[in-house]
Amino acid sequence: MKREVPLAITFITGVLLVVAFFVPHPPLGDLQQRFQIWYSIVAGFTFLLGLDSLVKHHLKKIQHRRSGWGFSVALLISFFTTLILGFYSWFVFSSPYDLRAPFQWLYTSVILPLQATMFALLAFFIASAAYRAFRARNLAASLLLVSAGIVMLGRVPIGKAIWSGLPVISDWIMNYPQMAAKRGILMGTYLGAIAMSLRIILGMERTYLT
Amino acid sequence: MIELLDKLDRRIIYLVIGIVVAYPLIVHPVMPIRVSEEVKRAYEFVEDSLPSGSVILISIDYDAASEPELTPMFRAVLTHAFRKGHKVIYMGHWALGLPLAQKDLEEIAHRMGKTYGVDYVNLGYRPGFVTVMLAMGRELRDIYSSDYQGIPIDSIPMMANIHNYDQIDLIIGFEAGSTGEFWIQYVGSRFNKRMFFGTTGVVAPDLYPYYASGQILGLIGGLKGAAEYETQIGHPARGVFGMPAQSFAHLAILIFIVIGNIGYILRRRR
Amino acid sequence: MNFFDLFGTWLAAGLTVAILSFLYRDNPLYKFAEHIYVGASAAFWVVIFWYSDVKPMLIDRALDPQYPLGEKLILLIPTIFGIMMLLRWFPKVAWISRWPIAFTVGMAAGLALTATVQGYIVPQIKATLFPVVVITKDPLISLWRSLMNIFVIFGVFTTILYFYFSKEHTGLLKVGSRIGIIFIMVGFGASFGYTIMARISLLIGRIYFLLHSWLGVID
Repeated sequence: MKREVPLAITFITGVLLVVAFFVPHPPLGDLQQRFQIWYSIVAGFTFLLGLDSLVKHHLKKIQHRRSGWGFSVALLISFFTTLILGFYSWFVFSSPYDLRAPFQWLYTSVILPLQATMFALLAFFIASAAYRAFRARNLAASLLLVSAGIVMLGRVPIGKAIWSGLPVISDWIMNYPQMAAKRGILMGTYLGAIAMSLRIILGMERTYLT
Repeated sequence: MIELLDKLDRRIIYLVIGIVVAYPLIVHPVMPIRVSEEVKRAYEFVEDSLPSGSVILISIDYDAASEPELTPMFRAVLTHAFRKGHKVIYMGHWALGLPLAQKDLEEIAHRMGKTYGVDYVNLGYRPGFVTVMLAMGRELRDIYSSDYQGIPIDSIPMMANIHNYDQIDLIIGFEAGSTGEFWIQYVGSRFNKRMFFGTTGVVAPDLYPYYASGQILGLIGGLKGAAEYETQIGHPARGVFGMPAQSFAHLAILIFIVIGNIGYILRRRR
Repeated sequence: MNFFDLFGTWLAAGLTVAILSFLYRDNPLYKFAEHIYVGASAAFWVVIFWYSDVKPMLIDRALDPQYPLGEKLILLIPTIFGIMMLLRWFPKVAWISRWPIAFTVGMAAGLALTATVQGYIVPQIKATLFPVVVITKDPLISLWRSLMNIFVIFGVFTTILYFYFSKEHTGLLKVGSRIGIIFIMVGFGASFGYTIMARISLLIGRIYFLLHSWLGVID
């Protein structure tokens, strides 16, 4: 029951979907779609697990007055405020997506600036990392450096002002050597994904059961 | 001297980056934008190949983390589509991104005198992108029985004859992750649909093989791509405005890399 | 601008500055903003997911008198799977949650198998191999395009060779993989250049917000 049933479920689901792809007629035809809708519903429940773990973790931190427990208080306040405003907007404005709803205000004033700035920080870090780590140590590293330099300059207007050939070379790099390398890498990646899918369906890959 | 070149304090680098980005935004010098072939092809398809009144599906597959790159190109493409009289179905696979671009959708539609339900419709978000992509191949009402505000799809005039991809002429995705590849693999290949993407700079290189194989019609990459599309439609906005800052920041980073390498070479010689 | 808009702009600006303060060093202001973000975005996901997913897919359908009874009964399967997931809360029966997990894993594997072959492998091989020689009215263009096609075939092939680990890289395989690394490095360099471009664009977005929406220094 603990191992065999899940393995059988994986096998049947996987095989049915492969067969449905080649036989797109009822009753198999809409199986992909039906399974996907089931998946979405299951995912809705899974969310509750994640939230429970998040809330419990921070409640424990507050309870035991562990270092940084004040931040956990802030986290829980922001969590419940958003939740309340979300359901309030849902019921009062009939949709949390309504632009007049307080939920949207919260999104624009809190979530958006926080998320956007977190990622904007990377601009500083990547500049610092490039200065520290980007060294022409050997041929491979030098090629990487030259290619990055040409693309960085060729893609922006100042590149053309420096030398009109830069954007042309940059386009050539993107469309030929870069594209060829990406195509080869992705080919390997997807062949790997196919092998992994087969292993999962045939029950040879079982790590998801642990 | 070598020490100085090799071990610049990170805060100096941060400060320089901050200044080279902020200063051009304040003085905003004008820089000519060269339009690449990838963007030109995307533009030309909307401009020349689609007859007025065609149905374009726009998918918002990004969130606030890539808003500065993708919203400008979404605005440019949407403006172009509306200007050509195309009808737009707005949807998306990233829950946190839909409300973001929705403001721009409403603003542009209002400015261009477009009516909700006649010229455009907002289907909203449904989880599980493959679910949504595959379901829309048969009957989009199976997954979108109502729009983003719960209005039944059947009561929206524009959607009366739209049931699946057969009635959609073009798909345009704004991509910050791998959702674009799913669009190609699940929709482009299975339903033989024409599509192009506007993507972040991080995603764009991964999509070049699809562009080269003709699986996508065009590719708008990063803020520069947005600036190119804005230039094509003759409506310079945030993309074009950001290009001087982008240029100077790139130059500054390259100068830092050169300084680092000079320090490295000098240290090795010693 | 009404009060809420103004307050919202100031709040957004305050939070932006709080996150940027990390550049100086890790500090309580940054940590505070970071925790606010985790809490708010987790709750945001819950609301959106239940509004866009569980309500229309499950609750609305179950309550809709027009929806066929047979279909309603079928909906019990994912509901039971969903409840099985929640059994992870009870250690004694937590193993039952493997059943829905097995379903999702099997589904992902089944879908990926066909999608990657149809959507990537076949069209990309086709695009790589055909046409090798291009003939146009202009012989120079024909020559250039044909040369580039051969160049791409060579690049794809040597890149794949580099990742071929089933045999020791000696002889011809060594030469091939050495050439492969050249393509890979040029490709990674280009990707790195694009990544820098992307990160700078994000910073432009935030600085634009501070200077335009908050301080009103620029138009």
